[in-house]
Amino acid sequence: MITINNVCKYFGDRKVLNDINTSFEQGKVNLVIGRSGSGKTVLMKCLVGLLTPDEGEILYDGRNFNLFSNKERQNIRTEMGMVFQGAALFDSMTVQDNVMFPLNMLTSQSWEEKLERVNVCLKRVDLVNSNNFFPAELSGGMKKRAAIARAIACNPQYLFCDEPNSGLDPKTALLIDELIIEITHEFDMTTVVNTHDINSFITIGETISYIHKGTLEWRGNMDNVMSSDNEKLNDFIFAQPLTQRIRNLM
Amino acid sequence: MIIKLLEIIGEYFLFLRKVFTKPYKGKVFFRRLIDEMDSMGVGSLLIVAIVSISMGSVITIQTAMQIESNWVPAWTLGFTVRTSVVMELCPTIISCLLVGALGSRISSEIGSMRVTEQIDALEVMGINSASYLVLPKIIASLIVNPILIIIGIFFALTGGYVTILITGVTSPYDFIDGLTSFFRMYDIVYVLTKTIVFAFVISSVSSFYGYRIEGGALELGKANVNGFVVASFLILTLNLVITQIML
Repeated sequence: MITINNVCKYFGDRKVLNDINTSFEQGKVNLVIGRSGSGKTVLMKCLVGLLTPDEGEILYDGRNFNLFSNKERQNIRTEMGMVFQGAALFDSMTVQDNVMFPLNMLTSQSWEEKLERVNVCLKRVDLVNSNNFFPAELSGGMKKRAAIARAIACNPQYLFCDEPNSGLDPKTALLIDELIIEITHEFDMTTVVNTHDINSFITIGETISYIHKGTLEWRGNMDNVMSSDNEKLNDFIFAQPLTQRIRNLM
Repeated sequence: MIIKLLEIIGEYFLFLRKVFTKPYKGKVFFRRLIDEMDSMGVGSLLIVAIVSISMGSVITIQTAMQIESNWVPAWTLGFTVRTSVVMELCPTIISCLLVGALGSRISSEIGSMRVTEQIDALEVMGINSASYLVLPKIIASLIVNPILIIIGIFFALTGGYVTILITGVTSPYDFIDGLTSFFRMYDIVYVLTKTIVFAFVISSVSSFYGYRIEGGALELGKANVNGFVVASFLILTLNLVITQIML
């Protein structure tokens, strides 16, 4: 479980995260939703330590991430997997080498053991026989799936996904969502997903935190996200004509 | 302006501190070192050879024109060409050339990894990205650049010799006599010192500018140019300093 207490982040004079308090539960997909520029990615970068919050604390199972030494920080990062918005696969490596990379760096397994693990992960994300492709040869959806395979290669306790289905067609986006919720339950991970995809809210949002202009405006789950009386949340969710029609039918 | 300059210098030394840490996995580091040496050495060999042959030929012709006199000993041409090529032209000109060839490649590679979040991906895995990416490049250039410069010297002197054979400005025997006259071992120490310092400047400055990119493709271009300008300026300045100290 990840707990965020009073986290604030400034860029110069601009406050991009304003007193965020929320928690992300183990074994669940925890969504962070909000408009572009609302601070979702900054919050995720604070969670994984790529940015340091100016105020507040982030607790990993009660352990304060901000107070960790460099060594402790490196150790806890070995328990994390992250899927970046653009997948962030290493261009010069094949899919197999990309997925094997964390195993090479963080474990002392033999090559056969690592290869077996790579094949298990690639099978899990439905990328069998894609071992020798380079990232440039993959479609957007395949890149995301390869990135998920790399993120789960070391059996992480915490999985972070930044806009995992941005730029994907609805069908592929749904496949990615289903994959995320399946592996979260399968490996009992604490998964945090940044998204502004409405389909994701109602398919995988086991807990949902809505951020508006750096402030946490609403917290709930997929059952009550469509029926909330929070005006800012409703403005966000029912911005599209399709969702407005659904609302009128409700 | 001065404060910004001091900030960048400070940032550079903090970056170097991050780079020079014990590699996470020795085996992975060694494999990356071999890959870097291969791409740096093989990738730059052709351009170094072309520039060196051309430089050696031109210096030979120009020097022959300047010292055309019965009062000047015949071996002077070979001696002057050797001194110019070995002591100054090859180490400095080829290093400036390598700033463009190797330096741009390094800053583009690291910069595009920054822009596409590959460096963030390394950090999230708990890997020191600066050490993983940059240390093999610096060590590889410290090994490869002196070899490239020595090969460059060989090609430049060969170019000079072939020019003598074609133009007949002096006899090949006198030219070879000049090349081998008054040879000092200290000159090799001086050349290698310069080359190693320049190699460090090229790889570390280019990596630094690539690593600190914030933004997108536009910044990548700016980082390349800044890395090139700063590394070239440092090479020319250090050339003066090392020459003053060592000669």
